[in-house]
Parts: sequence; C-alpha cells; structure tokens
Amino acid sequence: MSYFLQQLINGLQLGFVYALIALGYTMVYGIVRLINFAHGDVFMVGAYVGFYALASWKLPWPLAIVAAMAGCAALGMFIERVAYRPLRSAPRISALITAMGVSLFLEYFTSLRFVFGPDYRAFPRPFAVTSFNIGGVSVSNIQIIVFAVSTVLMVALTLFVNKTRTGLAMRAVSYDHSTARLMGVNVDWIITVTFGVGSALAGAGGVLYGIAYPQINPFMGIMPGLKAFVAAVLGGIGVIPGAMLGSLIMGLVETFTSAYISSTFRDAVAFGILIVVLLVRPAGILGRPTREKV
Amino acid sequence: MDAVLLSGIGDFRVDWELGLGYWLFVRMSVRKKLTGGPLALLVAAVAFGAIEALILVGVLNPYWQQIICLAGIVTISALGLNLIYGYTGQFSLGHAAFYGVGAYTAALVTRGIGGNSPAILLLGLVAGAILAGLVALLIGLPILRLKSDYLAIATLGFGIIVKVLLDNSDTAVPMMGGSRGMSAIPKLTTFAWVFVLVVVAVIVLRNIVFSGIGRALISVREDELAAEAVGIDSTRYKTLGFVIGCMYAGVAGGLYAHLFTFLHPSNFDFLKSIDVLLVVVLGGLGSISGTIVAAVAWTFLLEVLRIVLPPAVQDWRWVIYPLLLIVFMLVRPGGIFAGTEFRFLRPTSKK
Repeated sequence: MSYFLQQLINGLQLGFVYALIALGYTMVYGIVRLINFAHGDVFMVGAYVGFYALASWKLPWPLAIVAAMAGCAALGMFIERVAYRPLRSAPRISALITAMGVSLFLEYFTSLRFVFGPDYRAFPRPFAVTSFNIGGVSVSNIQIIVFAVSTVLMVALTLFVNKTRTGLAMRAVSYDHSTARLMGVNVDWIITVTFGVGSALAGAGGVLYGIAYPQINPFMGIMPGLKAFVAAVLGGIGVIPGAMLGSLIMGLVETFTSAYISSTFRDAVAFGILIVVLLVRPAGILGRPTREKV
Repeated sequence: MDAVLLSGIGDFRVDWELGLGYWLFVRMSVRKKLTGGPLALLVAAVAFGAIEALILVGVLNPYWQQIICLAGIVTISALGLNLIYGYTGQFSLGHAAFYGVGAYTAALVTRGIGGNSPAILLLGLVAGAILAGLVALLIGLPILRLKSDYLAIATLGFGIIVKVLLDNSDTAVPMMGGSRGMSAIPKLTTFAWVFVLVVVAVIVLRNIVFSGIGRALISVREDELAAEAVGIDSTRYKTLGFVIGCMYAGVAGGLYAHLFTFLHPSNFDFLKSIDVLLVVVLGGLGSISGTIVAAVAWTFLLEVLRIVLPPAVQDWRWVIYPLLLIVFMLVRPGGIFAGTEFRFLRPTSKK
C-alpha cells in the first residue's frame, strides 16, 4: 500500500510537470488550431535558461524560474511572430510543417558548441534534498516545490483567462477570430500573448523538470513534449482544465506502468491508452463533442 | 518545360550518354507528341540507362550508388504517404512504423531462408508488404474513423508503440535484436531492384489515382460528407488508400533493410515519419511528380550539404535543413508541384 502511495506521489510529480507543458499546447491549439511541435523545445530552452541562471548567474531558484519564464515567453512570441503569423491564412498543414521545422531548428541550433552544446549536462541542485515521511510515504522537498509552483501557476493562469480583459479576449478569439475582431479585439496581439503565456509555463516546467530529473540536453524536450501533447488531447484539447487532468493521468499511467509492469513498456501503454480514449471519446475527457455541420 | 524538369532525374553529371538520351527524348516527345505510357517508359529507360552507365564506367562509386538507392527507397515510401495524405486526405504521422514493419519482416524472411539469391529478396519484399498491409488494415479500421489532428495523434501513438515493441522484440524473437539492432542481413538491394520497384510503384499509383478508385479517394479528401452523399463508401476507400500506402512503406522498408544490412528501432521512430511527410508536402500534396522530385532532392541535399560544408560547420547541416524548410513553407506553401504532374504521368486525353 505504501508502495502504491509512493508511486502515486511520483506520478503526480511527473503529471504536474506535464501539465505545465500541456497548457501551452492546449492554449495555442484552442486559439489557432495549430499543433505547435516546437513547444517541447521551448520547454528545453526553459530548462537551459534555468541551468545558466542557477549555475552561472547563481540566482536563487525562484528567480531562475522567473528568468526561464521570461526567456521562454520572449522566445515563444518571437517564433509566433516570425514563423507562424505569415502562415495564418495558409493551409493548416503548412503551419504544422513549419512548426516541425522550428522544432528541428531549435534542437540542432542549440546543439551547436557555442550555444548549449550537444552533451548531457547535470542540472544543479539549488538546495539540499530532504524527505519527509508522511504515513510511510516519503515526500521530498523537490516534490513539494513541483506541486506548489505548478499549482500556483495553474491557479494564476485560470484567473488570468477567466478574470482579466486579456483573458476574455483570448476566449473570444478562440471562439471565433472574425467576430472577436469585429468586437475590437486585436487578434494578432492576443495570439502573440497566448504563445507568450503558454511558452512561459513551459519554461517554468523546464526548470522544475531539471530540478526533479537533473539531466538536460538539447533533445530532452521531444518526449515530454509529445506526452504533454497527448495529455492535452486526452483531457480535451483547447480546454484548460482538461490539459491539467490529462497530464495527471499521463503522469500516473506512466509511473504505474514503470512500477508494476516494466519501464520499457511505459511509452507503449501511455500511447495505447491515448488511442483507446480517442476511439471511445474523440473529443477528450473534458472536451465537448462537436457536431459536424453540413 | 517538362523536358527541362525531367532532365533533373538523371542529372548528376553531364555525360554523353545522358546527352544522347536527352536528345532522343526531346526529339521524340516534341516531334511526335509522345505522351502517356510510351513517354513514361522512354523517360524511365533513359534515366535507368544513364545511371547504370555511370555505375559501369565507375563514375558513381558504391557510396553514391547507396545514396541513389536511398533516394529511390524514400520515393517509394513517400509515394505511399502521398496516397494516404495527398490523395485520400488522411493525416498519418506513423508512416515510419509501417516502414519498420516491412523492413523487419523482409529481413526476417531473407535471414530465415538464408542464401543470396534475388528471389529471396522478392519473397522478403512481398512478405514485408503483406504484413505492413495487414497491420495497416487492423489498425486502420478503427482509427480511420478519426478526423485530421486526432488521426494524426492516433497514428503518432501507434508509431511510438511499434518503436517500443521493436525495442523489446528480442525477448520474443532473438534474431530481431531488440534495442541492439538486427544485423547480418544479406546485402541484396541493388540499383536495378530499386529502380524497377520505383517504376512499378509510380505506375501502380498513377493508375490508381487516375481511375475510378482514385476519384473516389480524392472525393473523400475534398469532402467526406459529400462523398458519402453521392454513394461513396468512405470507410472502405479510406481503408483501401491507407492499406495500399502502408504496403508501399513496407516494400520501401524491405529494400532499406537489404541496402544497409542493419536495422535499428531508432531508424523507424517519429522523426522518420516526419521526414517522409516533409518530402510529400514539399513535393506537393497529390502530385506524384512532386514526390519523386522532392524525395530525390531531399536525399541529395543532405549529402551535398555534407560534402560542401567544411568539417568545422558540419553541425550546421541540421540547422540549415529546417531553416530551408521554414523558408520554403513561407514562400511556396503548396509544394513544388502543387497538384500538377509531369506530362508523362498525366492521362492522355481522348479527343
């Protein structure tokens, strides 16, 4: 039982990190219907910014997270401005291919010696790791930080989307671009802001991932990126609470598969569940099924 | 115009043989208004003759022969994806999985039987194609109900599952080697094999596309509901297109296995699916000519960048490639051919 609870905690830790990435995917998809394949690489850049903030600039870890969020927000907005905006009216596949191009570019450009370099780097631990024993289950301070930071960010995001004028504009744009424009919303700017916010969350996720699983390299974003995307689809893409729920499920499934079956089959089980969910409930767990208009 | 574009097929080095073929081609096609099948055969014969001659003379060393074969293999695989995505409109991100199924099946057959005769390769390729097709049928029947992005995710997930299974395949079949890779596959793929199969693949695809089946596939792509309304069984045609496209991938995989004689699960991961997708999209969705040109150009671009760039900036190869891709998408999003074909692939109109 305590083994089960322990795995539950580990799974939630992974799920919370996925959630921070999945939120960016789901927001961008909700607003421009684009699978932003470069999002996992923005997450990677966030981890590296955190790495330099901690190792070279000796910042305390909360500031490292802020630095990563700022850096990634700027990167995300830049990518949107340069690569995606010119394709706004092009076929969706063009934007998707461009997203793959941006993804490959980020991976290989940052692999160059004078950028981040191709090697694995050990992520610095900003504090000593201590564990608390709660009813036979050990919870480390890393896990508490991951839970706390992601919860704060998710609450902040929910408030931002639901309570501010910009959030209202974002919801309007995701509902209908042209109507939103008629209502006086600056659609281009809102899309850029959405990329910025989503990328900032991925940046925070990168630093937390680095702290929790302390090894980073330029290709680290591929798998977490894909899984976070799957999580977003699982929860219902375009739906913010869905991304959180889907991510927690993904994290738990992955951890429990590793714990009880075999770690080599972890990805297969995760994606197998995805296919089953898509077949049974294509709109995702919290997504509203759309009826086809004739 | 067509003649100029076509010369690109065998245009590695200006050579008297190629020149003669080119002259023949231009004379025959212009003077006698040669079109359709005969023109296609002439083009194929000239390209084959020129490359074989270059191999015989020794201009093309084994390294370049391998690159040419790889270009052909990429062409076959991409033609399959073009049928699935370009003509039928079903977005698949799992093409490399079927490529892998074909490769491993063919390799198991040839290694299981043993020996070096070309007949074994044929048997392996057929087995690879059939198994890839069967898997495509089994997975396609349920998931082809999904639309656009959701189908993409489902096929992506399927691709990752296949990769995980290949990684662990040695627990069931030791010969497959699991994550250590499968080695000692006989080197049976030759330029002639690849070329003949590319020609067969093009002919079969062209005849599908310009037949009633092809029209039905395209109608499903354009509007599934409308297609259903005029009595087209969309599920049947989507599955048909998907299965045939995946069989193409299976054949390409079999050739790949016997070209490089070594298989590793990482040769068939998600990124490889993207490579094929890029070729199809760059060439132009729904264009056989575009797929051929893009597959050849893409394979050679990677090699030429390897040769042209000095060693110090070799790492930049993979930086330049996505940049070219992004610029290309911004400038010409419809692909090189955007729905058109070479004259020799177009159906001849009966007046």
